[in-house]
Amino acid sequence: METFATLIDSLDQSTGTTRKVDLIAEHLHAGDAHDNAWSTLLLMGEKRRRLMTGRRLRDVLQACDAIPDWLFEDCQSHVGDSAETLALLWPQLKGAIPPQSVDPTLKQWISTIETHPPLHWWMEQLLPALAALEPQLQSAALLTIWSTLPDERHFLFNKLLTGGFRIGVARGLVVKAIAKGFALEEALVLERLMAPQEPSQCWFEGLTAAPAAERVNRGPVPYPFFLASPLQSDTLRDTPAQDWWVEHKWDGIRGQLIKRESGTYLWSRGEELINEQFPELIEMADSLPDDTVLDGEVICWRVDANRPQPFSDLQRRLGRKSVSRKLREECPICFVAYDLLESQGQDRRSRTLEERLNAMNELLSPMITPRSAGQLRISAGARLSAWETLDTLRHQAVQEGAEGLMLKQMQSPYLSGRKRGPWWKHKRDPMTLDAVLIYAQAGRGRRANLFTDYTFALWDRRSSDPEHHQLVTFAKAYSGLNDREILELDRWIRSNTRERFGPTRAVHPELVFEIGFEGIQPSKRHKCGLAVRFPRILRWRQDRSAESANAITDAMILCDEDHSPQR
Amino acid sequence: MPLLEHTDSGLYCRAADAWIDPSRPVRRALITHAHADHARPGCDEYWAVESSEGVLRQRLGREITLHAMPYGQQFWLNQACVSFHSAGHVLGSAQIRLCVEGEVWVVTGDYKRCADPSCEPFEVVPCDVLITEATFGLPIYSWEPGERVAEQIRAWWKGDQEHPSLLFCYSFGKAQRLMAELHAIGVEDEVLLHGAVETVTRSYRAAGVPMTPSRPVSTISSKDPLAGRLILAPPSAHRSAWMRRFRSPQTAFASGWMAVRGARRRRGYERGFVLSDHADWQGLIRTVLESGASTIYVTHGQNDVLSRFLRERHGLDARPLDQLS
Repeated sequence: METFATLIDSLDQSTGTTRKVDLIAEHLHAGDAHDNAWSTLLLMGEKRRRLMTGRRLRDVLQACDAIPDWLFEDCQSHVGDSAETLALLWPQLKGAIPPQSVDPTLKQWISTIETHPPLHWWMEQLLPALAALEPQLQSAALLTIWSTLPDERHFLFNKLLTGGFRIGVARGLVVKAIAKGFALEEALVLERLMAPQEPSQCWFEGLTAAPAAERVNRGPVPYPFFLASPLQSDTLRDTPAQDWWVEHKWDGIRGQLIKRESGTYLWSRGEELINEQFPELIEMADSLPDDTVLDGEVICWRVDANRPQPFSDLQRRLGRKSVSRKLREECPICFVAYDLLESQGQDRRSRTLEERLNAMNELLSPMITPRSAGQLRISAGARLSAWETLDTLRHQAVQEGAEGLMLKQMQSPYLSGRKRGPWWKHKRDPMTLDAVLIYAQAGRGRRANLFTDYTFALWDRRSSDPEHHQLVTFAKAYSGLNDREILELDRWIRSNTRERFGPTRAVHPELVFEIGFEGIQPSKRHKCGLAVRFPRILRWRQDRSAESANAITDAMILCDEDHSPQR
Repeated sequence: MPLLEHTDSGLYCRAADAWIDPSRPVRRALITHAHADHARPGCDEYWAVESSEGVLRQRLGREITLHAMPYGQQFWLNQACVSFHSAGHVLGSAQIRLCVEGEVWVVTGDYKRCADPSCEPFEVVPCDVLITEATFGLPIYSWEPGERVAEQIRAWWKGDQEHPSLLFCYSFGKAQRLMAELHAIGVEDEVLLHGAVETVTRSYRAAGVPMTPSRPVSTISSKDPLAGRLILAPPSAHRSAWMRRFRSPQTAFASGWMAVRGARRRRGYERGFVLSDHADWQGLIRTVLESGASTIYVTHGQNDVLSRFLRERHGLDARPLDQLS
């Protein structure tokens, strides 16, 4: 664990990306493969089972009655991380810890810790065994281990125990470091990471092996998705319009459908297998030839309807492991295919989009019958005729129930990850409402001890008399302000706090923000009766007073418009 | 009627007809120390400690009416007997003791309890009512001795001889303490200073504080890459045009806030050194207990946390200062 801890410290002390990549590359190059497998997974923040909760660690420390509970709460909301809070408190509290009884197992552990064991010993032996102990033994063991470890190692140890290991290293950075350290293409590393990950020597060696002819049949392993970027600049308009393929951007979930002899696999963009939620699509794929891989959108769409159903219907299906007949009927599912990654066992990703689309049409057209149309559609698209038509096309797409448009360059290959250039998404403008800031809570990690999680409210009715209307919670938003605005707002919140509930502060209802969101629908769970998708702050309306903010009725109107086909 | 009361201009002592660290111009101001949030310009007359005079005049104007008093000397302002006592915060920082008809109140101003080679040590002043700061009033804050931090800084600085080392710190107090701490562990190298640090440093040199040699970075040719040199600058210079003069420097910030990882990362410095001129949690509690005060008012930062802890664990009559009626 020593070398990993040193790496974490050095990463913590560097701000530049290049430097971080170098540090990780050096570490992985020098280390033992088994430990490296763990370092890689930990750095990428792969979800692991939480061995112990921060709450439990805290209770163990609290049992010594060193500081009152409320004070611990205050510290935690100030620090923004339970593992770090415990590490910072330890030097103050250790004096109050009575000596613990040490049984032979614990004795063995302590003497091993003193020999600086490798990371995998901590991850595979000590931590799981510690987590499995019965409470009393566990408390004694934890306190003894804390006393043995140097103070500066507590943070890492607590982090490893409580799971959620995020230290500000993005997955992409680890991919870069592996590529650099082992002289591999980033795309290859990304692709190898799509295979099931396990913290073993064998897995790490496979991940970093010299590039060989990669096997053609990848089995159920998906290809890395290629992601589009939001269209921002007008520079595209300098390229010939005919270079671009335009199609609807549907508001479903991205899916990769793999048909092999061994079976059919439907993957979501989050790399989760979603076969169980969508059995119709798995049945439909039976008629595809083996070794076919399609990229497309999973969406609810009735066979005879001319537009898909709202995203909320899809959500109803996503949450279920088994799908009832009723749900199948109410929320019929469809795969809208828009790219062909593999056919006849050939990886087609380096071909141009034009070639891939032609091949896809040829393959799928015969399959689209009146019966199958409910489950499989080919994304309707066309070459762009002139840039001037783009706005009209987008408007039309939105009218037809899409989120907007996709623009794809005809001559581009299918790349991995988010690379700006060949694919652009051009969504409709978000819906907006002006809402009043009523609560704020401190963020975590980089935003610890800064009030960055905001709750916004709308008026329950329009009235010029403040006695006659009240603010009702409408949405929470965390993003959209720049660092300068965050600091300014943080100061304002501190001096305008009305009341405190634990980490949350109620503030004077004075500030107005324009909130943007992608969709709005009725909801029984929310106080105002409405739920919005992707709410974020568009701007701070310093020109408006709280009285002039929108009311629930305004939101209702947007909701009605959003769900009527005329939108 | 309490000895001190709240006014729009800050804490006011009716018996002395004087304000303590007033937030706007008043007739008579008693100043705990020369930091900008405690000493503001425009008052008719100022009362402060002798050793703060240099910085005070430099910041508020040469021509201010200033009564400079030695530590510990009692003087009368109307019905109040007033004296200044060392607070250990920065050069010339003071606690203010007010005695009216036998009742003693002490306003600590900013203070710290650990040793600092650049200023006079904190003095315990017994009192009936204590008004204490609580900037770092949480048990997660616990300071290491200055020489330990100086060692860490030396290792960081000497660890990179190919680039300049830019250490950001408050220009009055922290910068001079850093030079004094480095001097105390045997560093003889010349340290380079941002203009804002340089001006205050002159007052420290005039007061005879032993520090490493220094000179303004502006006196060195801009062609010199300054490899291996240590430069002290205020946080406002971080990522400013001034910083362009340095080629790929390593950067760090010295402050008590650096104890928390999120705070460190948010500010975007590579290194954070935990060095504070305020009292840590234990320092605050120790000060309250040693003062013997039965009534405590807490201001700045974690005022509600510290007062609640003092009430519950020590049975003291402690509350946030804004509850002073």
